[in-house]
Amino acid sequence: MIDNATPLLTVDDLHVRFATRQGLIHAVRGVGFTVGREKLGIVGESGSGKSMTGRAILRLVPPPGSVTARRIDFSGTDLLGASERDMRQIRGKRISMVMQDPKFSLNPVMTIGRQIAEAYRANSGAPKAQARRRALEMLAAVRIRDPERVYGAYPHELSGGMGQRAMIAMMLIRDPDLLIADEPTSALDVTVQMQVLAIIDDLVAQRGMGLIFISHDLNLVASFCDRVLIMYAGRIVETCRAADLHNAQHPYTRGLLESLPRIDRPATELAVLRRDASWSLDTAEPRP
Amino acid sequence: MSTAGATQPGLRAWLLASAPRSRWQARCGNAYLAWLKLSANPLAMAGLAIIVALLLVVIFAPLLAPGTPYGQNLLHRLEPPSAENWFGTDQLGRDIYTRVVHGAQLTLMIVVLVAILAAPTGLLIGTVAGYSGGIVDTVLMRITDVFLAFPRLVLALAFAAALGPGIENAVIAIALTSWPPYARVARAETLALRSSDFIAAARLQGASPARIVLRHIVPLCLSSVIIRVTLDMAGIILTAAGLGFLGLGAQPPLPEWGAMVAAGRDFILDNWWVATIPGIAIFIVSLGFNLLGDGLRDVLDPKQR
Amino acid sequence: MTELRNPVSAAPSRGAGAGLWLSKAANLIFSVLLTFVGLLVVTFLIGRVIPIDPVLAVVGDRALPDVYARVRQELALDEPLYYQFWLYVTKALHGDFGKSVITSRPVIEDILRYFPATIELATLATLLGVMIGVPAGVVAAKNQGRWPDQLVRLLGLIGYSVPVFWLGLVGLFVFYSKLGWVSGTGRLDVYYEDIVDPVTGMMLIDAALAREWDIFFNAISHLALPVSILGYYSLAYISRMTRSFMIEQLGQEYVTAARVKGLSELRVVWRHALGNAMLPLVTVIALSYASLLEGAVLTETVFAWPGLGRYITDSLFNADMNPVLGGTFVVGLAFIGLNLLSDVLYRVLDPRSR
Repeated sequence: MIDNATPLLTVDDLHVRFATRQGLIHAVRGVGFTVGREKLGIVGESGSGKSMTGRAILRLVPPPGSVTARRIDFSGTDLLGASERDMRQIRGKRISMVMQDPKFSLNPVMTIGRQIAEAYRANSGAPKAQARRRALEMLAAVRIRDPERVYGAYPHELSGGMGQRAMIAMMLIRDPDLLIADEPTSALDVTVQMQVLAIIDDLVAQRGMGLIFISHDLNLVASFCDRVLIMYAGRIVETCRAADLHNAQHPYTRGLLESLPRIDRPATELAVLRRDASWSLDTAEPRP
Repeated sequence: MSTAGATQPGLRAWLLASAPRSRWQARCGNAYLAWLKLSANPLAMAGLAIIVALLLVVIFAPLLAPGTPYGQNLLHRLEPPSAENWFGTDQLGRDIYTRVVHGAQLTLMIVVLVAILAAPTGLLIGTVAGYSGGIVDTVLMRITDVFLAFPRLVLALAFAAALGPGIENAVIAIALTSWPPYARVARAETLALRSSDFIAAARLQGASPARIVLRHIVPLCLSSVIIRVTLDMAGIILTAAGLGFLGLGAQPPLPEWGAMVAAGRDFILDNWWVATIPGIAIFIVSLGFNLLGDGLRDVLDPKQR
Repeated sequence: MTELRNPVSAAPSRGAGAGLWLSKAANLIFSVLLTFVGLLVVTFLIGRVIPIDPVLAVVGDRALPDVYARVRQELALDEPLYYQFWLYVTKALHGDFGKSVITSRPVIEDILRYFPATIELATLATLLGVMIGVPAGVVAAKNQGRWPDQLVRLLGLIGYSVPVFWLGLVGLFVFYSKLGWVSGTGRLDVYYEDIVDPVTGMMLIDAALAREWDIFFNAISHLALPVSILGYYSLAYISRMTRSFMIEQLGQEYVTAARVKGLSELRVVWRHALGNAMLPLVTVIALSYASLLEGAVLTETVFAWPGLGRYITDSLFNADMNPVLGGTFVVGLAFIGLNLLSDVLYRVLDPRSR
């Protein structure tokens, strides 16, 4: 469901810098894009800055990081200049994020149900009973067979797939307009990955949400998303529709595509991606 | 890769070479890098300065305080600090400054002796227990646990009581209560190393367990134990001072700082300096060891904070 | 929809889980027992090493030869060592640690009389340490690098370096002698002594039970200084460890996730991060309590506090070994008990270890 006419999120010239003892690390360099009620994929390797982009939108970049941009606009709200208080109203309620590994992203000493209910009651003052009901509904919505049991369980008692589904339930319980999924399936078994993706797909479609899907897996993103952004060394090197990916122009994208083994085109030697120093350069900035 | 010249840049380059030609060079290089990191930490350097100052005071005590620490002068009892007596005089007219300076020797001696006794003992017991495993490990660890079950001062008290007062017995008593944590640390390290490939390789080459433990495992545990010992030194000083305060440990007229505080106790209301100043000395030296120990830990074991 | 691993709905071999828990508990009890026995061995051996003739200690040096011989037989000093140890153990298990020469009472009676005073000190000091130390550590972790952090680290550093007996003396000098804010040594002013019934041995509780409010407040005045000093050591240690644990927790992913949910920073830090940091912190608090028992020995000497520490040291000076050994044993026992407690608490609080 592509709807580019009314962008939900507009990012313009986003920079994320870390001032460390070893010097300035420029994790995100001048990234700009828009997201509507569609599925946008951001693909890149480790260190490409894709995760930081996601966190920067929510203003959750850890210190000593600093975020600057010409514009970060979400449905008319300026995210860049918003106060911390305003951001708290936006997080969870209008923009949400699913993280990579439920082993680490769920609080180990709190029951699942408690955590999900807490998300529902944050800044809304809803009564406990109602929150509990909504949490159970969400657990059912992510296709957990026994919501009551999972509600009272602790995160370490769940498998990876179940934990990730609980995470999704927790992050979507307040019906946000935009979901940022930061490598949501990277920590899961392959068979479980597809199930979790299907759940995300359904929920996003049902609610007419926008989705930013961050991953290192080009194949996955290409099959799942509507549009794709390729990031390298903190910059976007390519933007295109998923369907047009095979016509990609940038040598990095081409290199990625060519290095994927294909069952219908067996080769005696796998192609290796050759990096070019010029890809990490930007004509507007001086050489590092 | 520089010439064996005496120029500083040459030495520095040799130390920082990324491909050292001998084990000796690699070791020196590592030590140098550790030193660079340590010296960047101002608090650690302050601690080091204090300890160096302590060493200097001990070495140059006769120069710094030419009088005798035992010289009584009952006409000048309990005099406040003045130009004559920088720290005042105690209840027997002795100059407190001289006694504090000479007491530094006692403090240093106690610390060094305890370290020499306790650290190798703990290291040996810990590595042997960790490497042997099985019944040896269980027995050694139970013994360690028993000693750990006592608060250090109380056990040192009991030992000192059994052995009698005196500085040698105090040293033994403190050493007896200090080795268990080192053994624990060494054992933990040994357990982690025991299943490494290089240990298996050494065993396949026919190295005896003794050789493996002594030549391979002990050197690797050394840094953890050193950190632990340095951090412990303040505790050792405080325990020794505590024993001195209670009348065990160094006997009068030896100028042991803890005993001096005890002696000054009766005069605290009107002559505060007799008890207060030796206590400040104890504090400064402990502080020095704590600062240095913290700095060493940050350098040698960055996992901890 | 199949799951490869589904521990919640599959609930495999519940019996095996319980069996594992039992064996872990058995293991724990066994090691505690072994340490307990070790304690007995150590105190026994120390007692046998002393150069003082234990018979003389009992009968005095003017006793008649047949009295001497009789007591020597009673103490079984000619029997083999393991027999003596066996005697020692059986007596100890009955609470018989011999008699104190100075007080002429059974050691166990003295211990029961004096231990509560030490417990009162240590408990109040630990409470102080926790109430101030934990929030201080949290604030320090949250403001890493800035002045609250530096202050907490400085306070901790001083706490690790200052001799407790010296601090006690200086405290008495400043706050009692010069400023008159608190009372001096001892648990109560002289004319309040022996009025209140020692029900628990703890002055605050006993005074409150007897509704003697004058005595109650006098006790507080006497407790103020030693508790503050011991409390300082406690909070130096606890705040340092809290800071360390909190820094670790604040870097975890679930904390970020909590922020993503839109929770207030207060809730994220105090409910989520501290909630997790509490687990190792419980152990730290137990250890702090144990180390205060040690610090109490010196503090009681300075403040003339009639607690176990002072009982041990006084007996020491009078070459009265039975109380020293009995007292050391009891302190060691308390240590073991505290370690056990912290172990159990950790298991109870951590859902992962159930």
